Amino acid sequence: MNADNPNGAARHSSGGVKAAGPLAADTVAGAVYDAVRTCAVTLRPDFRRAIEDARAQAAPAGRTAGVLDRILKNARIGAEDAVPICQDTGSVWVCLEVGEELAVPGNIFSGVNDAVARAYTDGALRMSLVRDALFDRANTRNNTPAFCELKLVPGAHATLHVLLKGGGSDNASRVVMLPPGAGAAGVRKVVLDCVREKAANACPPLVIGLGVGATFDKVAGLAKHALLREVGSPAASAEAAAFEEELLAEVNALGIGPAALGGSPTAVAVHLETAPCHIAALPVAVNMGCCAMRSASVRLV
Amino acid sequence: MAKTVSLTLPLSRKDVANLEAGDEVLLSGPVYTMRDAGHERALQCLEDTGQLPFNLEGATLFYAGPTPAAAGRPLGSVGPTTASRMDFATPQLFAAGIVAAIGKGKRSPEVVQACKDTGSVYLCTVGGIAALLAKAVTASEIVGWDDLGTEALRKLTLKDFPTYVAVDTKGNDLYREIETAAQ
Repeated sequence: MNADNPNGAARHSSGGVKAAGPLAADTVAGAVYDAVRTCAVTLRPDFRRAIEDARAQAAPAGRTAGVLDRILKNARIGAEDAVPICQDTGSVWVCLEVGEELAVPGNIFSGVNDAVARAYTDGALRMSLVRDALFDRANTRNNTPAFCELKLVPGAHATLHVLLKGGGSDNASRVVMLPPGAGAAGVRKVVLDCVREKAANACPPLVIGLGVGATFDKVAGLAKHALLREVGSPAASAEAAAFEEELLAEVNALGIGPAALGGSPTAVAVHLETAPCHIAALPVAVNMGCCAMRSASVRLV
Repeated sequence: MAKTVSLTLPLSRKDVANLEAGDEVLLSGPVYTMRDAGHERALQCLEDTGQLPFNLEGATLFYAGPTPAAAGRPLGSVGPTTASRMDFATPQLFAAGIVAAIGKGKRSPEVVQACKDTGSVYLCTVGGIAALLAKAVTASEIVGWDDLGTEALRKLTLKDFPTYVAVDTKGNDLYREIETAAQ
């Protein structure tokens, strides 16, 4: 259930559910600041391990090994010198998962844009946002606004997810509304077409976030959330895990490879999230995660 | 068989004539950064004045928007952005004197044709390793369009900056060759 549904949010902020712990706008803002500063200079550890594994399997003298070595060396420089691992320090995507037993006080995101502006200035990060996509493409010069969503989950905890999303990999992503009859074969074709056409722009090796189901707008969110899952961790169901494995093998058989310079892997993981949907629909979204994967998930309450 | 070549910038058409798709090229010398907004500005500037704020002849473009100076280096990190977004302007800029452009990803058939017609090359470099690439940049100065922020026109000085020939002057295309080989 998604709490950008105003009815859901109102029910929980005003109606009689006892708060299990403090959840304040300041806490969220502080956590966003810390996450941005850390993520910008840190290759996500689970992703780094996947690259290390791929490197161990690559022919030592080849171009593939050379690119993977550079990705690992780049991660070391980022950590040691506290410099961004990618010059595209992204747009800031924030998802706050709030347990249904918690109260959400007012605008829980009220401090987030200020935190983002400070983090990007203090961290000497790149300002990559414009004021309006169509009518005013002047740079906002502080990397705001952040793109925030509130999600209600069972329980009494709150978890903050922060993802720094590069423009190249998001541009290489897509939403397709398939007819239900297209089935798994149709989903497979969407993924493989997207990788074949766009992987070179998305900085492989990739994590491929795949959303299937929900509605036109929500399916992209499923794909984006799928990028948060730990690389190498199992999918929710055996069915999904098997499909992920099959898709990963087919993606890597394309031979696009690290930096799209040939070889393998083109992707280190396909993460699938599925959901219910309308009888007429089979929504599919592919969200590419690049080889400078940067996200953090922090338990706040 | 792919070779490794060191080249000093600026380039002449002769310097790049023997490069072949897949060759590794280490670049040293000046390049100019231009991205989306910079390319729009450049075309307008060419139309209005017939020139750009730098000497076009033999110049190399780098499709990049760096992060600010950090760690004692002129830029914290810098790497390639997706080159296809500049396809609309590239044939015109090659015709105006640009000899090489550095980016990532495939180019349009029109850009491949422009490489053949003008004797220019498209070089690619690895995306997502910008802290490492910044170590191959020894100087950075803004030469125009400061209002564009990270998209301002910068002159960067490179030292053994690693690239690969993605499209050579005969129109051979590394990305498409890799794609075809796998099918």
